[in-house]
Amino acid sequence: MKKLLRLLADYKKECMLGPLFKMLEATFELFVPLVVKSMIDRGIGNADRGHIIRMCLLMALLAAVGLSCTLIAQYFAAKAATGFSAKLRRALMQHIQRMTYTDLDTLGTSSLITRMTSDINQLQTGVNLTIRLLLRSPFIVFGAMIMAFTVDVKAALIFVCAIPLLSVVVFGIMLLTIPMYRRVQEQLDVLTETTRENLTGVRVIRAFRNEKAEAQAFRQENDLLVSMQKRVGRLSALMNPLTYVIVNLAVVALIYTGALRVQTGVLTQGAVIALYNYMSQILVELIKFANFIISVTKAVACGNRIQAVFESGHPVPDDDSEPEIRPENRGTITFDRVSFTYENAAEPSVKDISFTAKRGDVIGIIGGTGSGKSTLVSLIPRFYEPTAGTITIDGIPSTEFPRRALRNRIGTVPQKAVLFHGTIRQNLLWGRGDASDDEILDALKTAQALDIVAAKADGLDEMITENGRNLSGGQRQRLTIARALVRKPEFLILDDSASALDFATDAALRKALQELPDRPTVLIVSQRTASIQHADTILVLDDGQLAGIGTHEQLLKRCEVYREIHASQFSKEVRSNG
Amino acid sequence: MDKKETGVQMQTLRRVLQDLKHDWFRLVLTLLLAVLTVALTLWVPILVGNAIDGIKGAGFVDFDAVTRILLTIGISVAVTALAQWVMSIVQNKIVYEVVEDIRNRAIERLEHLPLAYFDSHPTGVTISRMISDVDQFADGLLMGFTQLFTGVLTIIGTLIMMLRIHPGITVVVFVMTPLSLFVAAFIAKRTYTMFRVQAETRAAQTAMINETITNQKVVQAFGHEQLTMDEFDAVNRELETASRKATFYSSLTNPCTRFVNALVYAAVGVTGALAAIRGSISVGQLSTFLSYANQYTKPFNEISGVVTELQNALACADHVYALIDEAAESPDQPDALELQQAEGTVRFDDISFSYTPERPLISHCSIDVRPGQRVAIVGPTGCGKTTLINLIMRFYDVNDGAIRIDGHDLRDLTRSSLRTQIGMVLQETWLKAATVRENIRMGMPDATDEQVIAAAKAAHAHSFIKRLPQGYDTVISDKNGALSQGQRQLLCIARVMLCLPPMLILDEATSSIDTRTEQKIQSAFQKLMQGRTSFIVAHRLSTIQEADLILVMKDGQIIEQGNHESLLRLGGFYANLHQSQFAH
Repeated sequence: MKKLLRLLADYKKECMLGPLFKMLEATFELFVPLVVKSMIDRGIGNADRGHIIRMCLLMALLAAVGLSCTLIAQYFAAKAATGFSAKLRRALMQHIQRMTYTDLDTLGTSSLITRMTSDINQLQTGVNLTIRLLLRSPFIVFGAMIMAFTVDVKAALIFVCAIPLLSVVVFGIMLLTIPMYRRVQEQLDVLTETTRENLTGVRVIRAFRNEKAEAQAFRQENDLLVSMQKRVGRLSALMNPLTYVIVNLAVVALIYTGALRVQTGVLTQGAVIALYNYMSQILVELIKFANFIISVTKAVACGNRIQAVFESGHPVPDDDSEPEIRPENRGTITFDRVSFTYENAAEPSVKDISFTAKRGDVIGIIGGTGSGKSTLVSLIPRFYEPTAGTITIDGIPSTEFPRRALRNRIGTVPQKAVLFHGTIRQNLLWGRGDASDDEILDALKTAQALDIVAAKADGLDEMITENGRNLSGGQRQRLTIARALVRKPEFLILDDSASALDFATDAALRKALQELPDRPTVLIVSQRTASIQHADTILVLDDGQLAGIGTHEQLLKRCEVYREIHASQFSKEVRSNG
Repeated sequence: MDKKETGVQMQTLRRVLQDLKHDWFRLVLTLLLAVLTVALTLWVPILVGNAIDGIKGAGFVDFDAVTRILLTIGISVAVTALAQWVMSIVQNKIVYEVVEDIRNRAIERLEHLPLAYFDSHPTGVTISRMISDVDQFADGLLMGFTQLFTGVLTIIGTLIMMLRIHPGITVVVFVMTPLSLFVAAFIAKRTYTMFRVQAETRAAQTAMINETITNQKVVQAFGHEQLTMDEFDAVNRELETASRKATFYSSLTNPCTRFVNALVYAAVGVTGALAAIRGSISVGQLSTFLSYANQYTKPFNEISGVVTELQNALACADHVYALIDEAAESPDQPDALELQQAEGTVRFDDISFSYTPERPLISHCSIDVRPGQRVAIVGPTGCGKTTLINLIMRFYDVNDGAIRIDGHDLRDLTRSSLRTQIGMVLQETWLKAATVRENIRMGMPDATDEQVIAAAKAAHAHSFIKRLPQGYDTVISDKNGALSQGQRQLLCIARVMLCLPPMLILDEATSSIDTRTEQKIQSAFQKLMQGRTSFIVAHRLSTIQEADLILVMKDGQIIEQGNHESLLRLGGFYANLHQSQFAH
């Protein structure tokens, strides 16, 4: 949290002046009971109408000056808080851009989004409130006490007793109820899940005649929720009566002491009224302050979560130097006994893999779900670093490549066909920012995607809605392939990217890739033997290990796993549609 | 709000009161306590004023009177506190118990709604009816009790008290207080636009954040980080400006109303003090007035918020009542039979069915299935295969004709006994958030551990269950993502394996499962089907070819039926399908 506050440094002036002006306002508010006192003692006492009117105008003036002070303070608070949150959002976004894939995996995208949005918003509210209330409320409470001392020391001692007592009650009850309310919320989540289960599983529940048991389970959770709600309700119901009693007993004590002091002539009637007014101011401010503390606690929790993200990323600095590549090594990949274990995983996902690809080769990678196919190819652009062994690309160990330079050579088509909000052209330019329309159309042609653009009224300028919802799965996939091709990559990685394509398109795509003038080295990950059987080399993965390597014919002869996959798909392809 | 809406709200309100009726004693009690609390709270400033009047000046203090008054204050404060405390607790009890009852009624109704309800209402909507709507209803009701009622009482009470002391000054307060409401409304109106701009900008930024961070890996794969940052910065600056304006202007409300209140206070002070010189009011009474003037505007500000809150609560209550009022499925016939150990003859007797009258689906369909036969249902997506399952399980009733099992019309059987006779494994692998053991036991809650393990072994599930962190006691949850789709399917099969009912319904689609796991599932299916009448939504050629009866469906109709050879010979839709799809 502390490190985040550094971002407030640019708003030092606002952070200092804001609370100061708030304090000024509070001071003016604290003068009001004294003005009333004078109105009563001098004005009414001496029947001085002019004094009464002057005092009234003074009150109005105090209010007006107080108002302008607050307005200034509120402006400073708003400026500092929103400026701070904008800076923080930027810093966090920048940090996320530099994260490694492992960081992204461990932190999880959904929690990163929460940090970026609602957590930072909470923090903004917290900063805003802090500037506005941190000094004001305590200042009024203690200010009232100090003013009481200026009126009468003995009477002020009643304040000295009442304030801690009130604080104990207000803060005590809040501290006790906060965790209880949190548990109520958790129980409500349980109830939500129970309801969801009943809705999504309705067919199974009825098929197994479990309706009664499910309703019973729901009633139990519901009962628990209500008993928790009642319990916390009983406790927080104490707050108002208790504070009411304390304040009014203090008033009783004040008046009694006042009566004694007035009798001996130490105090006036107006002074007693002033003391009474100071006492009434305290409670409201204490409750405000307690609520403020709760908001700040929440904001600090959010701040700490954000801070944790800043601390958990491991961005690696990259230099931008291009390594010297010998022309004869261009387009080659060598894996030498490469293994990789995901963070916090017990077993390696890829184990002891070795193979070589020559320039223009097609490498097929096949295996069951979870066999390590995608992991294997994600090592090539250094999305992850191998935990053992070395990968050599263009004859140079991949770790000696700056990531950016390495990734510039590789066209990646991810498993999930992701497009971004924007036009088709903007999406394709992700491949290479300076590509001409002709180059884009060439890439679309190779990716068998020309018809998509042709069918759109705006052609390349057609807008793609969020997540590409206005395109079919197959269309999205072909566009992502085109995006990778715009780059004219040295290496093309198709990570199970043809799964949404029908057989004919899949075949046409593979043919078009073969015919490219500057043929990239292609790595095709697939579950279908049909997609990879023409590859120069096929890697068969089973549980992260290489179960076989060779051509289709060789593997059919030699590799048990490959034969099984092929056999199971022969019948799988022979399927009805439904 | 238009009249109709108000009418609906009145109806809902009446119904809420109806639900509260059996609690009338506690309700009346809280109302009485509220009146008592408000009256005593308003009395205290008067007492304080009287006490101050007893302290005229040096040598003129009436100690007897002051002590008496202070004692009265003490007692009244004690009574108020007690009344307030009891009131809150009773209110909590009333509200939470009503809410508990409503939720229980809702779940009760949910278990008896026809499947049509679940198929036509999104899950999220029903959940929010049962959870957040009920919650908001409870909050609104509580606030309505505590703030609306006491707020109105306080305003009326204060007015009466002030009028009794000094009508002239009361008029000053009465005329000036609406000013603060006016100021608050004025600011709220102005800030509304700024809040909207802020919300829109924030939504745009959130959309961008969502898109970018969800696909952060793609952003990095294409080296797009810097361009992403540029785009982000532009929206971020916009949001900063919008946010600053909205935050600042909305933070004006409190200081401005505070300012108006201060003016009211000053006005009361000056008129009161001048009246005191004339002798029409005492100093103590003036101090009473001043404290009233301080408190008077508070309930006004609260009430305006409460009214919206209450309307919202009634709207929420309306949603929940709508759920509770949904028509339940027709109950079992009073003389319905308990189907025991069915042989497995299934006859569709000229049945017709449609989900909605406008779109006829199945019409005049007849099928004959003998005990132990395997029936494969084939056809393109959306052709009505699931509908057949729905009808056999009696999730829906036929519109015309009859389905008979062992000669009994399904509608003459109890639903429960019918469903006991049929084991169902669907493509969508639903499991409870409970342990593996509890899930397998679902159809037979009193099964022994040995039976559970035997069923799991038969379903090829035992070996992976053993490897789970807590074996059979592992709690299944989506969060850990512990189970693969294939493993979930095996558990669903084990669940049916345990009961071994005489008839089966299987949806064998396993598209997301790799082919080797699929083979395991197939062999489990094979074992399950031995000697049982089975309906299989078939996807693979082997199942179809081995079936005793193939139903070819298209657009809700069974257009062809027969076995593989006879259908091929027929040269119709099936033969075509076989040609085009299977001849790769």
